[in-house]
Amino acid sequence: MTTKPIILETTDLCVSYGRVEALHKINVRIREGEIVTVIGPNGAGKTTLLSSLMGLLPSRGKVAYQGETLGAGRTVEALVSRGLVLVPEKRELFGEMSVEDNLLLGAFARYRRGDRAYRETMDEVYGIFPRLRERRTQLAGTLSGGERQMLAMGRALMAKPKLLMLDEPSLGLAPLIIREIFRIVAHLRELGVSVLLVEQNARAALQVADYGYVLETGEVALENDSKVLADDPRVIESYLGLGGKH
Amino acid sequence: MDFQIHLLLIQDGVTNGAIYALLSLALVLVFAVTRVIFIPQGEFVAYGALTLAAIQAGKAPPTVWFLVALGAAAAGADIWQAVRESRGSRIPAILGINLGLPLALAGILQVAPLATLPLVVQVILTLLVVVPLGPMIYRLAYQPVAEATVLLLLIVSVAVHLALLGLGLFFFGAEGTRTPSFTDGSLSIGPATFQYQSLWIIGITVLLIVGLFAFFERTLYGKALRATAINRTGAKLMGISTDMAGKLSFALAALVGAFSGVLVSPVTTIYYDTGFLMGLKGFVGAIIGGLASYPIASLGAVMVGLLESYSSFWASAYKEVIVFTLIIPVLVWRSLTTHHVEEEEH
Amino acid sequence: MNRFFLGFVALLVLGQPLLPEFTVTLLNYIGLYALVALGLVLLTGIGGLTSFGQAAFVGVGAYATAYLTTVHGVSPWGTLIVGMAVTTGISLFLGFITLRLSGHFLPLGTIAWGISLYFLFGNLEPLGGHTGVAGIPPINLFGIELKSGRTLYYLIWAVLLSAIVTTQHMLDSREGRAMRSLRSATMSEAMGINTTWYKMVIFMMAAQFACVSGWMYAHLQRFVNPTPFGLHIGIEYLFMAVVGGVANVWGAVLGATLVTLLKQWLQDWLPALLGKAGNFEVVVFGLMMIYVLHRAREGLWPILLRLIPQKRQGRVIEAAEPLPRRSMPEAGSIVLDVQKVTKRFGGLVANNNMSLHVKAGEILALIGPNGAGKSTMFNCISGVNPPTQGEIRFLGDRVEGTESREIARRGMSRTFQHVRLNATMSVLENVAIGAHLRGHKNFIQSAWRMDRTEERRILGEAARQLERCGLSEHLNDTAGSLALGKQRLVEIARALCADPCLLLLDEPAAGLRHLEKQALADLLRKLRAEGMAILLVEHDMDFVMGLADRVTVMEFGEFLAEGPPEEVQRNPKVLEAYLGGVE
Repeated sequence: MTTKPIILETTDLCVSYGRVEALHKINVRIREGEIVTVIGPNGAGKTTLLSSLMGLLPSRGKVAYQGETLGAGRTVEALVSRGLVLVPEKRELFGEMSVEDNLLLGAFARYRRGDRAYRETMDEVYGIFPRLRERRTQLAGTLSGGERQMLAMGRALMAKPKLLMLDEPSLGLAPLIIREIFRIVAHLRELGVSVLLVEQNARAALQVADYGYVLETGEVALENDSKVLADDPRVIESYLGLGGKH
Repeated sequence: MDFQIHLLLIQDGVTNGAIYALLSLALVLVFAVTRVIFIPQGEFVAYGALTLAAIQAGKAPPTVWFLVALGAAAAGADIWQAVRESRGSRIPAILGINLGLPLALAGILQVAPLATLPLVVQVILTLLVVVPLGPMIYRLAYQPVAEATVLLLLIVSVAVHLALLGLGLFFFGAEGTRTPSFTDGSLSIGPATFQYQSLWIIGITVLLIVGLFAFFERTLYGKALRATAINRTGAKLMGISTDMAGKLSFALAALVGAFSGVLVSPVTTIYYDTGFLMGLKGFVGAIIGGLASYPIASLGAVMVGLLESYSSFWASAYKEVIVFTLIIPVLVWRSLTTHHVEEEEH
Repeated sequence: MNRFFLGFVALLVLGQPLLPEFTVTLLNYIGLYALVALGLVLLTGIGGLTSFGQAAFVGVGAYATAYLTTVHGVSPWGTLIVGMAVTTGISLFLGFITLRLSGHFLPLGTIAWGISLYFLFGNLEPLGGHTGVAGIPPINLFGIELKSGRTLYYLIWAVLLSAIVTTQHMLDSREGRAMRSLRSATMSEAMGINTTWYKMVIFMMAAQFACVSGWMYAHLQRFVNPTPFGLHIGIEYLFMAVVGGVANVWGAVLGATLVTLLKQWLQDWLPALLGKAGNFEVVVFGLMMIYVLHRAREGLWPILLRLIPQKRQGRVIEAAEPLPRRSMPEAGSIVLDVQKVTKRFGGLVANNNMSLHVKAGEILALIGPNGAGKSTMFNCISGVNPPTQGEIRFLGDRVEGTESREIARRGMSRTFQHVRLNATMSVLENVAIGAHLRGHKNFIQSAWRMDRTEERRILGEAARQLERCGLSEHLNDTAGSLALGKQRLVEIARALCADPCLLLLDEPAAGLRHLEKQALADLLRKLRAEGMAILLVEHDMDFVMGLADRVTVMEFGEFLAEGPPEEVQRNPKVLEAYLGGVE
């Protein structure tokens, strides 16, 4: 069905904190232009997965990006320059700087490479998030929760990502805002950006994604087309412990 | 005490205060970006002044060989890292920047008629020698422990200070030097007389502060430094490397330090160890600003300068005691106004 | 360690007459420096603070005796007391103004104070200005005048060794454990430890060691001038501690020895090598210090220790009378009552109008999706972060805005979502911290081992709680060597060690294996039966639903639902909160 080239693939990825293994032999695959979601309950290792992909945590196993194996010494800076960008769970905005400065800094890696076309990208980002244009001069620290998430995504888009990794974009947001955020995630696919979406909000994530993985205690418990997963009762079980396996 | 004396003391205080203000700005910057309390800031003042003095005396300054040596060490460290990360293609660039440029500079200083060059060129050469020491010292002493606690970084700073101080004695000897004023003479306006060098100092300080401000507000690199200070993780995720930010802030600190030395050496005799006390007075300013606020830090520094000039008039033997005791009421005030600060170290 | 220590003492005492004069002089200085460095080990290694101004405290001790003995003819023993009193005053004052601020203000303050005092010594006429004070009389000990370096040697090393021994004793006690956990301030306060006070004690002790060293120095030299009390010497002291290793009292002796010998040696041959006069040893010192900090942050003592094979001897738990228990509130009575609590961080509302209550003999589970504000709620309740608005009653009394150590004293104990254990301390010692408020011996009593009965009772209690949590076999392991799940259990044991009537558990089952979870559930049921109130945040729904009496659900920082587990599990609002809804 989809024969698009693979943009990111992990083979037997393992991450340990000290003696404890937080991720065990994870195999995920994302194709270009796809939205892939990793869902699962709190503490399943979703954020750990993203951190290790980004080189923020040491890991074992193979990670291939755009067909090239990434070495163990991969640095965040190098990955950002190659179009792998993470929007972290905590947003990590520059609170005492304006919205526009936050966006500009999103383009820092491009600027360093000599790419000066970031003004156009900023117009595109403003096109996607008109709210950010209204708040252009406001300090990021004064934004509401939903606006912060938009700014975090907008800032990441300024780097012209090929693969955007979103960590719990719906975290702590009201339903109306969540809908808006997911609408934008769906729109990214049309812009040709691949997305790895880590979510606890399983229903929304599966609705927008092409393919999904369910992570449970550091392992992939289920994987399938997201339409199939959405109807799988084991997903609910994994979240609310309705299985009653005492 | 008459008006004339007041005017003289104020002029003196503001002139010194301007230098302390520059130093305190650099200290706040370095702390905000790297969490390093940069005790060796003062050594850059001495190195700047004494390097300029050597150039004006027609000698190649010994600091240029120090630059070559540090460059070689930094290149070694970078190449080792590049080899380990199997990025050997970067080696020529590493060698060129760390070793090639310093050697070229050393060559120029060997052949150029240093003593007869115009002052501006002499100053530029001085800065070219001293400023790169900043990022190289960051690379060698701080970068390997960049994630350590503030306390450990502070101890590293003290060690770097000791090493630079001893080397300063080795390079320049124990004698002090005073360089000629940029412009001799003074300007009289009514009853007041202003030394031209004081005016230079205050003027250039203001220009530098405006320049730094513009750098932080208007350029993407300046904003990247601010971003790193505000949120290190966020900055990293945008591709702003901690190493780059560290080196850049150290380069700025070295620039500010060396320039302060160049400015102040016509009005004060500079010894190899003079910089340390000057740097610490900048610190008092920086602490007044809580190591966070640029404007309060510079105001504090000017206050230190004024206090110093008045106390040297009234109780010159106790000048340093008074200046450094000022930190106590400042800390009392900070301690009473700060809400329970918690520093969690994992 | 004991055999090593006795051998060391014997060598020092018996070997001295055989040593040449020069070596004795060197050993005297090593002893004096080591005493100052010992204070820095306490400050830096134990308390996570540091001071560059120890040389100034040495100066206070030296000048106090120099001035009072020469000008006023006071006995050296009298001047020692004066010196220590002055030191106490100064350190209390400096501590008061810097210890409440974040960690780097103390060292910066000590730099300034080191410089001021140096210039003050040099400029005060009564103290002889830069020329100093001469003609200081020798110390008279039981009628013997300690005139020569050889005789003073015994005093210096006796003082140093007793300082080391008492420090070791103190660190191995309830007070010492409190000091060793200062770096984790939130945890310490939650266990009832007054962190500011212990920082102050440590700073004061370090200053006293320096002062006594200065006192002996003045009577060894019989002359003082300002030079040895300047900032650079203060830095050298710190250097000794760092090179030797700040984590162990013996690091001070090792560091002082190495630095003194090295300095001696460098001063001899460096100028000859470079053909120039000057103090080049500082360059070597500086570079070495950087190297040590890069390569061996813990200093050289641990490396030395690794070379000597040693058998780990575990602590044996001796039988002791159990510690007194607090009386539990009546079963079914409301222990914790949270009413309409709101917590804002800047513009962000983390908790909004949130209410819950827990009764004695009941387990309440607080659940909700990530970011729902559960940990914030915990921090509000336990006094880590007071709420912006609302009412929290614990045992009937309002506690919002009460300090967390006071809340702990009243009988609330907690664990942390991100485990906060002292990784280098043994499991037993970590758990014993929980019993901090149940002991009363102070640091002086523990330094002189007058706390042993109480200590046995505390350790006995810790061992008992560890046994309950199924960790008996790990008593003597370092906490950092345990798997994360077990570390969580250690936190529970520590919380139980406080003898609480309300237990707050933040994700206790995370990282546990199936059987361990069952054991934990059994333990919690037993505690409930004893009348304890338990509030827990947990993500493992199997665990929660099988254990809790009631479940409160939060979403977006607000109350969503409450009820028995079966009911909550079927609540469509809860289902939506967890799985999300887009419609």
